[in-house]
Amino acid sequence: MSETIFEVRDLSYVYTDRPEKTPALKDINLKINKGDFLAIVGPNGSGKTTLVKLILGLLSIQTGEILINGKRSRKFNNWDEVGYVSQKSNSFQKGFPATVSEVVLSGLTKKKGLFKSFNKQDLAARDRVLELLDIKDLADKNISALSGGQTQRVFIARALVTKPSILVLDEPTVGIDARHVREFYDVLSRLKNEEVTILLVTHDIGVVVDKADSVACINEHLHFHGSNHDFQQLDEAEISKIYGFPIQFVSHDHDRECCS
Amino acid sequence: MIEAFLTFDFIRYSVLSGLIVGIIAPLIGAFIVIRRLSLIADALSHVTLGGIAFGVWLSSIFAVTINPLVTGIVFSVIGALGIERLRTVYSNYKELAIPIIMSAGIAMGIVLLSMADGINNNLFAYLFGSISAVGKTDFYLIAIIAVIVCLFIFILYKELFLLSFDEEYANVMKAPKWIQIAFIIVVALVISASMRIVGILLVSALMTLPVASAMRVTSSFKQLMFVSVIFGEIAVILGLVASYYLSISPGGTIVLVSLLILLATVLKKSNHKQRGELDDQSV
Repeated sequence: MSETIFEVRDLSYVYTDRPEKTPALKDINLKINKGDFLAIVGPNGSGKTTLVKLILGLLSIQTGEILINGKRSRKFNNWDEVGYVSQKSNSFQKGFPATVSEVVLSGLTKKKGLFKSFNKQDLAARDRVLELLDIKDLADKNISALSGGQTQRVFIARALVTKPSILVLDEPTVGIDARHVREFYDVLSRLKNEEVTILLVTHDIGVVVDKADSVACINEHLHFHGSNHDFQQLDEAEISKIYGFPIQFVSHDHDRECCS
Repeated sequence: MIEAFLTFDFIRYSVLSGLIVGIIAPLIGAFIVIRRLSLIADALSHVTLGGIAFGVWLSSIFAVTINPLVTGIVFSVIGALGIERLRTVYSNYKELAIPIIMSAGIAMGIVLLSMADGINNNLFAYLFGSISAVGKTDFYLIAIIAVIVCLFIFILYKELFLLSFDEEYANVMKAPKWIQIAFIIVVALVISASMRIVGILLVSALMTLPVASAMRVTSSFKQLMFVSVIFGEIAVILGLVASYYLSISPGGTIVLVSLLILLATVLKKSNHKQRGELDDQSV
């Protein structure tokens, strides 16, 4: 039996600081096994990012619980094993005078531990991911001077520099051109072969169909959670019901895209 | 001035303290500016004023000598912890913590200044700095604070970098919460140390202006810290020399030199831009 990495039990969440206190998530139950590639899909405002933030401990759990490696998320300590790329990476300080190299190295902060500075091995790890993401020539550039897509690749590199066993990606390819998106998913495929557990929030149904092992459809409630094969058996009417508006699948090449 | 430096202790203490402050203020200022917390320095300096008044008041009540810098440091650290607490209480309006603590500092300062007889004589020196106000004890306190600040930044550089650059990612990585509290206490210590030289009203300028200038000419964070310190030192040295020969408060002269440096970096960058645009047109 495969080892469970994430287990979400009866999870509900309400943003209490918002005027209309409607629940963002209600009674979510999910399991992600080791080496699994789970795609979380759903319309805007459906609670996908809220779920990710609860898993990562960026929001406090109100109802239900989340287990990571069998431990309650609050007691989980090995956060250096988790790589995270946030939505559009808009959380960083714009205009920050830091080079790409400094930003990528900062991903090793937790793994390195307190009171230790970076050594040759850390620099080698940095160079490895810069090459992997095709941004080695940007190493000495200021992060603020990069395009949105380049910036996003830097954050992906930061998430991968620790060689994480768990990757949490919240729409990581927003703003990245088609070639680099393809290369990014090639990297994910390689990581998956190395038994890295991947949790991906995305709007790109084509990627879901092509890459994910399992799919979770969320729109406040968990409407579907199952294998990719079962997800592909859902017809457009069922998907439209989840999204709350009419959905058509438009196929091009081997992918199928979701549009309203 | 060199002769005076060699002859008079107070000049020596002032110059050496100025040189120390010229390093530590921009060094910690780099993190403050980047985290968009520049006004924290202002808030804490006003709290420090309250602490100084409290020290003078205690001295007058109990007829004992209490170094006002010590009570200033204590108040500043308490104010720093207050800001941190309020930033948690008002998590969606974190900037509210600064005006709350700042007004508390000013109010306390006014009340205690009124109660403390004798502070009026020194008030000008506290507000705008003084070249003759730094005594031996002050100098040693400033030197100890400098050692603490440098060790703090050296030892926790990578954690401070991550916290400053991307607080959300630092939270995902579960960066220890005490670093944030220790950081704000260190800021309070630097403010207390700098206050004797540049004065309460201008202390934040020495923490932010050299960094603002360095931001125009650097691309990495380590460069930013290094160039900020260079600019800070230039401002302190030229400011102290001007203060000595013109017999005016060093706070004003130091900050004016800092402003000139800022102006030079702004103009330099604008010229570069213009030249770049002209080059583009000629192609």
